[in-house]
Amino acid sequence: MDETTEGSFQIIGGNFGNAGEASMQLKSKLTELGVNEAIIRRAAIATFEAEMNVIIYAAAGRLHYYINRDKITIKIDDMGPGIENIELAMQEGYSTAPDWVREMGWGAGMGLPNMKKNSDEFRIDSVVGEGTTIEIVINLS
Amino acid sequence: MKLSNIVENLSLEVKTGENNLQNDVTGAYISDLLSDVMANGKEGNVWITLQTHLNIVAVSGLKNLAGIIIVNNRPVQEDVLQKAESEKVTIMSTPLPAFEIAGKLYQLLNG
Repeated sequence: MDETTEGSFQIIGGNFGNAGEASMQLKSKLTELGVNEAIIRRAAIATFEAEMNVIIYAAAGRLHYYINRDKITIKIDDMGPGIENIELAMQEGYSTAPDWVREMGWGAGMGLPNMKKNSDEFRIDSVVGEGTTIEIVINLS
Repeated sequence: MKLSNIVENLSLEVKTGENNLQNDVTGAYISDLLSDVMANGKEGNVWITLQTHLNIVAVSGLKNLAGIIIVNNRPVQEDVLQKAESEKVTIMSTPLPAFEIAGKLYQLLNG
């Protein structure tokens, strides 16, 4: 695994039908590369939650993943609305999702905590009115 | 236990993924919160839920679940069934509510 394998996705806010495309592709690439199943599971969970957050909250966003010998890096940036209080947003059970999203079984306040739990490194930056950037690193060894 | 045994014993209607019924079932997880299933469902679990929208297919596929049991005979839209078929996700349906189907499945798996 000397070369970097990477992928890039546009995610459109509100487009629930395409949710999981990036995660599914990342999962099958990792399977092809023979990565340990427990690591694949963590990457799939973190990536799917990241995709869902863009779909639920933002107008649009991008997801890039890079796989090299040592680690998987997943970067997500979106175009707003941004998170007012990141500390609060990271608390399990806290959510600002509207009712119709909760009725779909999302917005339980588990997305960001699930991402963090499944990451070896997790960085989140957000500016209200501009957008949110997340970087997830999962070590391969 | 094979998924086909469960389908037969619990009289489930198989809506998609007929070809996956020989898969082994490791247990079950009941939740209507998708992030909860992402976090706590285990590979090979049957997922009991009332959610019927498109995202259940991605959750099941990403978690390598054995299949989804939709309770209360809730209708599943055609686009969801098509997506499930193409992603090789098994969707089953029961007229029973979650508590009753879970009780029967528990007895079957642990009896």
